[in-house]
Amino acid sequence: MNIMRNLLGLPALASAQGGQVDSLIGWTHVFMFILFVGWGGFFAYCLVRFRRSRHQAADYTGVKSHASNYSEVAVAVIEAILLFGFSIPLWAARVDRVPSESEALVVQVTGEQFAWNVHYAGPDGVFGRTDIKLLDLQENPLGLDRTDPAAKDDVTTLNQLYLPLNRPIIVKLRSKDVIHSFNLPEFRVKQDAIPGFTIPVWFTPNVTTAEMRTRTGNPEFQYEIACAQLCGLGHYRMRGFVTVLDAGEFQKWMDAEEAKLKEQAGDIWR
Amino acid sequence: MSQPGAVVVPASHDAHEAHHEELGFWRKYVFSVDHKVIGIQYAITGLLFLLFGFSLMMLMRWQLAYPGAALPLLGRILGEARMPGGTMLPDFYNELGAMHGTIMVFLGVVPLAVGGFGNFVLPLQIGAPDMAFPRLNMLSYWAFFLGGVTMLASFLVPGGAAQSGWTSYAPLSVLAGAGQTMWLIGMVFLITSSLFGAINFITTTIQLRAKGLTFMRFPFFVWAQFVTAFLLLLAFPPLEAAAVLQLMDRLAGTSFFLPSGLVVSGQVLTVAGGGNPILWQHLFWFLAHPEVYVLILPAMGIVAEIIANNTRKPLWGYRSMVYSLIFLGFMSFIVWAHHMFMTGMGTAMAAFFQTTTMIISIPSVVILTALIISLWGGSIRFNTPMLFALGFLPMFGIGGLTGLPLGLNVADIPLHDTYYVIGHFHYVVAPGTIFALFAGIYYWFPKATGRRMNETLGKIHFLGSFVCMNVVFMPMFLMGLAGVSRRLYDGGATYAFAQPVLHLNVVSSWGAWILAIFQIPFIFNFFWSIWKGEKTEENPWQATTIEWASPSPPPHGNFLAAPEAYRGPYEYSVPGAAKDFVPQYEA
Repeated sequence: MNIMRNLLGLPALASAQGGQVDSLIGWTHVFMFILFVGWGGFFAYCLVRFRRSRHQAADYTGVKSHASNYSEVAVAVIEAILLFGFSIPLWAARVDRVPSESEALVVQVTGEQFAWNVHYAGPDGVFGRTDIKLLDLQENPLGLDRTDPAAKDDVTTLNQLYLPLNRPIIVKLRSKDVIHSFNLPEFRVKQDAIPGFTIPVWFTPNVTTAEMRTRTGNPEFQYEIACAQLCGLGHYRMRGFVTVLDAGEFQKWMDAEEAKLKEQAGDIWR
Repeated sequence: MSQPGAVVVPASHDAHEAHHEELGFWRKYVFSVDHKVIGIQYAITGLLFLLFGFSLMMLMRWQLAYPGAALPLLGRILGEARMPGGTMLPDFYNELGAMHGTIMVFLGVVPLAVGGFGNFVLPLQIGAPDMAFPRLNMLSYWAFFLGGVTMLASFLVPGGAAQSGWTSYAPLSVLAGAGQTMWLIGMVFLITSSLFGAINFITTTIQLRAKGLTFMRFPFFVWAQFVTAFLLLLAFPPLEAAAVLQLMDRLAGTSFFLPSGLVVSGQVLTVAGGGNPILWQHLFWFLAHPEVYVLILPAMGIVAEIIANNTRKPLWGYRSMVYSLIFLGFMSFIVWAHHMFMTGMGTAMAAFFQTTTMIISIPSVVILTALIISLWGGSIRFNTPMLFALGFLPMFGIGGLTGLPLGLNVADIPLHDTYYVIGHFHYVVAPGTIFALFAGIYYWFPKATGRRMNETLGKIHFLGSFVCMNVVFMPMFLMGLAGVSRRLYDGGATYAFAQPVLHLNVVSSWGAWILAIFQIPFIFNFFWSIWKGEKTEENPWQATTIEWASPSPPPHGNFLAAPEAYRGPYEYSVPGAAKDFVPQYEA
């Protein structure tokens, strides 16, 4: 599979589920290649063999055998295998078998022109109330109501998604304004963020950013979030970053964010 | 005109003369009701729009190959609002993108394939004196023309033309500037024009066919136009309705496509709310998927005619091709949501639409296979129309095959909305459909003008275009596999993961610019041949179908005597016949 991945030039792979996606892409391309070479070979042979200078009089009937029917049936059968054997069950696993929220990390990601707002529930595991009236582009882009007890420990970041290694992540996608598409090339994740809807998408990152830096030999390597749906004049620069940390380091990062929150809350009281 | 086969055609040349007084310039060439003049009007307007849409793309390709670099000279002409100091602004890039797609599809290919070839060739091929409703036909062209003018004028309104993609997804499109309003009004004209045309094609095909021309004696091109007309008739009204709804959202304060609670640039949007952005996508793609077949079926029709003629043998598997065509037309109505796999679709709906998508590939495979097998045992003439028709086969093959991973929605996850998609549908439409349209122009040019186009220039045009098309579009598959999104103003330069494939943008761009140079021999050949081309008799290709029974160019009323069909459309190299073709119209 690695050979196929390199041959097709797919991005590096960093999620537990992405391997199946790559396999389906790989085998479909093998099938396409065989069909193209088969048809193309027959086509080229006909052009050479039956050119007018060599074949003066055409044959009224042409091909008498029905071999082409078998090739058409073969195409249908292989497509059916790709469809019922792989694509439909794999999609069902992604959409219907979302891991339970107790074992997974749930993150809310809200797209807007042209940034990704990331929202963690914090230690209490409950997302705080948001209110459109509290919304402020600089200070409070999500309109989070810090007076709500559940909101006190909520961590928000802009364009930075920190994730723990080997734990299922459920991203609940939303959009404030227009349709965006949350695209994580290395994790083989893509999902539209559509205003008016909250759409979950899940995956399990299995390579840390540090590990990927070693593998690629690029000390500056970063996983990226790329908007994949035209969302206005800044669509091309609607870029975010994903940092995958092992469980301990992720906890450290979360603790530091919590400490910052306490400090800010303290400021208000002083 | 009520009985099929009982066509009222002037019985003799004298009667024909007696019917028509000489028309003035305006009624003969501009406000004409003659299907041939209308067909040529459609074709020339369509070709001009193809050139214009291609030019928009060449400008975009500059920005993609050299993001942020100032474009000398042309940049200054386009002005400060679009290209200050010669550097393209993102808004202008998005305008070019949206209008390239819109113009190529709705103002270029469809008018040429259906309005041009359908109008000119179909009545001749079925032996009809004209379309069933000549005035409706004229109205169809002028509605199209107004739609085109509206689209062109939209570049001049404040804020420029539409810039939300040719798909015009809400809410982005609803929130966009005045150009989007123009786009919607333009679409209403264009769709109305298509409806008029569709009604006319269906009626004409059923009612005005020559005596003896049963359905299974139709040339494949007639079948293709006939099925296409049903797609236009049934698929376009939903988009017309959707366009009016979006217009209401923009102008009347409704919220068909806007949910409540939108916040744009930090400001809460005061709209009625309660609408659904996905509704637009369903309505749009309910039209736009059949639209793909509106682009491809007439192309298949043209290619089939030319292959039969230049292999000098009947099409192999004509009946299964016809049944596949009808099945394709039907299936094209129930695959649309495969464009929407990433909207959060559940298993049942995704399973349905991928299954229909896989099923629709089968009739396409049958038609393509039949066309290739038709070559076996032929005596193949490699003239210019044949070269383009042959070029169509592998190019459409690549376009069709690359649809497979996109149609399987798990494989589609990384590929959706990337350059892979752009490569895929351009292979279908550009070296696919447009090659077929070129083939058709070279093939029927002698019928329209009485003169042939130059073969040497035609072959230069073909070879250059064939190579360049692949240089433009093949790299897009690699960019898409690497994950580069489409519609990026800088071609992906922002993203680290795109860096290894960015140089392919330069390859594509140069391919496009050189492709433009190879269109010059065609443009020159086209105009030069109208006046100076080698004169031909009425049937220069020694073809069998009925259009070749009329004089070249055909007079008003088309035929000197009402033609009759005595046999199938492709009786080439019949064993025991005196010559290698037995025309359909010879007793």
